[in-house]
Amino acid sequence: MTLMISHLFLQHYWWIIVSLLAGILVFLMFVQGGQSLIYSLPQNDVQLTLIVNAMGRKWEFTFTTLVTFGGAFFASFPLFYATSFGGAYWVWIAILFSFTIQAVAYEFRSKPENVLGKKTFDTFLLINGSLGPFLIGTAVATFFTGSKFSLDQMNQVHWETPWYGLEALLNVRNLSLGFAVLLLSRINGLLYMVNSIDNDNLNSRVHRSLLINSIPFLVFFLFFVVSLLLSKGFAVDTITGKITEENYKYFTNFIQMPVVFIIFIAGVFSVLYGIGITLFGKSTRGIWFTGAGTVFAVFSLFLVAGFNLTSFYPSTYDLQSSLTIFNASSSLFTLKTMMFVSFLIPFVIAYIWYAWQAINNKKITEEEMKSEGHVY
Amino acid sequence: MIDNIDLGLVDWSRAQFALTAIYHWLFVPLTLGLSFILAITETIYFKTGNEDWKRLTRFWMTLFGINFAIGVATGIILEFEFGTNWSNYSWFVGDIFGAPLAIEGILAFFLESTFVAVMFFGWNKVSKKFHLTSTWLVAIGANLSALWILVANAWMQNPVGMAFNPETARNEMVSFWAVLFNQVATDKFLHTISSGFLLASMFVVSISSWYLIRKREELMAKRSILVGAVFGLLSSLMVAYTGDESARTLAKVQPVKFASMEALFKGKSNAGLVAVGFLKDNGKKMGDRNIKDIAFSIKIPGLMSILTGGNTDSYVPGIEDHVFGNDSLGIMSVAEKKARGHYAKDILTSYQVAHRKNDTPQADSLKNVLLTSEYQDTYFRYFGYSSIDKPEDVVPDVSISFYSFHLMVILGFYFIMIFALAIHLLFKGTISKNKWFLWLALLSMPLPYLASELGWILAEMGRQPWIIQDLMTVSKGVSKITSGSVITTFILFAVLFTGLLISEVSIMVKQIKTGPKH
Repeated sequence: MTLMISHLFLQHYWWIIVSLLAGILVFLMFVQGGQSLIYSLPQNDVQLTLIVNAMGRKWEFTFTTLVTFGGAFFASFPLFYATSFGGAYWVWIAILFSFTIQAVAYEFRSKPENVLGKKTFDTFLLINGSLGPFLIGTAVATFFTGSKFSLDQMNQVHWETPWYGLEALLNVRNLSLGFAVLLLSRINGLLYMVNSIDNDNLNSRVHRSLLINSIPFLVFFLFFVVSLLLSKGFAVDTITGKITEENYKYFTNFIQMPVVFIIFIAGVFSVLYGIGITLFGKSTRGIWFTGAGTVFAVFSLFLVAGFNLTSFYPSTYDLQSSLTIFNASSSLFTLKTMMFVSFLIPFVIAYIWYAWQAINNKKITEEEMKSEGHVY
Repeated sequence: MIDNIDLGLVDWSRAQFALTAIYHWLFVPLTLGLSFILAITETIYFKTGNEDWKRLTRFWMTLFGINFAIGVATGIILEFEFGTNWSNYSWFVGDIFGAPLAIEGILAFFLESTFVAVMFFGWNKVSKKFHLTSTWLVAIGANLSALWILVANAWMQNPVGMAFNPETARNEMVSFWAVLFNQVATDKFLHTISSGFLLASMFVVSISSWYLIRKREELMAKRSILVGAVFGLLSSLMVAYTGDESARTLAKVQPVKFASMEALFKGKSNAGLVAVGFLKDNGKKMGDRNIKDIAFSIKIPGLMSILTGGNTDSYVPGIEDHVFGNDSLGIMSVAEKKARGHYAKDILTSYQVAHRKNDTPQADSLKNVLLTSEYQDTYFRYFGYSSIDKPEDVVPDVSISFYSFHLMVILGFYFIMIFALAIHLLFKGTISKNKWFLWLALLSMPLPYLASELGWILAEMGRQPWIIQDLMTVSKGVSKITSGSVITTFILFAVLFTGLLISEVSIMVKQIKTGPKH
């Protein structure tokens, strides 16, 4: 029996999967957020060790999600993969570099005779923790603000600035999302510490830091959202495939896709609720609300970028080179094949949840750090 | 297409990818093999309840952890370098190549990363059974990830299960099973993981031998040698078998690479298989390439003919046959393939021009031609030859192919001998007294690394000039960025990877000197 599934359906299906992975990735960057605090938050080495070990037990999830996000994008929207990675070279290289130094930093930092010294590896963690979320946020902002590239008749990308992606750092809207993602990662990192570390002195410092990070987060996030709603967007004509600029496109997308709007609002409120119950109610469960809220908010922003006949990777140099979920996708056959693979994702999430619970069933303590187990 | 290719950019992009791949492959084989050794030793602990086996497992697990992170770190660079440095390639084949990479992430990486956390941190948090299951799942996950990336690599060596779509100007998958069960993929997967098992086994045997030399941790060392040598012997036999299978497949799907690794310029019947040999220039040229002769060799008479054709009378085509063609054998010359490639390209270009001019009747007519099986099978399959300048350009570096292949094979047989000797001495009960063997085993530790890298050098250098066999040359796949950017990132990664390698080796040596803690 042949499944009658249209290419159009699968293009939307895979954009949903990619968007979901993006949401999960930003949530899991609480690891990076925690890393960015290692020089400012702990008062002593014991607290530093607790923070590093709390984050270190989860770094692989973030890393694997990033790799899977890249793989899924490659498989489902290969023209985006080729265009963005091959064009915005320096931004992606900087992101990759920061993740490379992170991977070894945990394992090597406290090992004797590690040549580079503990401080170097801790600096690696700080660099990844700060640069990773900031640059990923900045790169994602270009989904709304556009980049300067063109595609030739064989769809090869020509980046039309000599900065190969670094020019994105000159756009205030890009920067605002970059800082918002960084600060959100720090908030999630702080809430994860409250949830998984048993140390009263550290917890009181975490609460103070949470307030300090939440205020600028709200400023940057609101600036980005308001500018998004007021900005022009990039619309695609279904019949001709022609791309045009359209006023208030993203605002229109929210209005015309009320479910997406509700998910977005639910996400934002969930993040605020998670922060609120931690700051004012001394709850340790804030991470689950901010985490779910992060996934919802990022997921809905991706849907706004790619759904409702919108170009998700616009070119401000040559509008007609802009990428949409229609012109950038894989073939019907590949998307269908990959859809069957994607049915295994709930199973993957289930075993991750089970294993996560098994490891997190007891909070990390000073005593555990002194034991002869696997301590970073 | 790229008309003005900056060869400096191509060379530096190749250098950067090679650098990353070589470093990545210094760490990954140990992960592939040691994960199974950990699973085996922990199973023995689980079955016997003997704490010495737990202590042994935890010691090797510490070394596994040090190595694991750096393999992961270099792996992420490799995946994204397909996009950053080979973007044209990524688009041309992304419809096929992307799928295995995505499946690798969804099915393998999460399995590995989820349960590696339980394996490291779960000793006192989860039940013994759950922990053991986690260790096995780490091993399975690590090796599954190897499967998918090797499926992708095999497709570059032998593109199957796809068709060219003129509308999107790319190749598209038409059979997932053809891609997955590509003969090259099967050979490559089995050969690669077994070589990883072998490398890890040698790692365990070598370090354990050092403990015996120093008369430390003798019980742990002997038990480790037992597991390592048995696993290593089985693995090295599998490496030999799968290597043979790989060579047979190569003779069919990449005959120029096969002839180059045997330095067989002129084809012949009753061709012997070179066991050991050295090359020299014979003074003649094929175009601008020097022709090499085998100056000295130990050959097994007729064996190459038997392996490729089933009997000693079988004719094994040489490089010249593949470059200039051999009508009697039905081997097409490069000149003919070039003509077909140009025809394929011309029709495609005419279609694109008609499409751009909105000349619908002409575009439709040409599209019909482009979609015929005759165009796809007779012309498009040689599309890459339209970028070939001189016929001899399809020949990879013969010296590199020849030496990397033969040195790898010689080492392969050496490993069988080492593991067999280890088992023999262990069962005789004299391994501790035979210092010469312990030193030999210790000094052999770098050799599987060398053999493993040589295998990849043969696979990838022997594939030149193709990034996808017959369909796309390496120079056509490159991202159009400045060579200065790539030189900068090459230096950046070279410094980083080297620094991390030095750090890793230093940590590893210290941990070994310290010995088991638990």
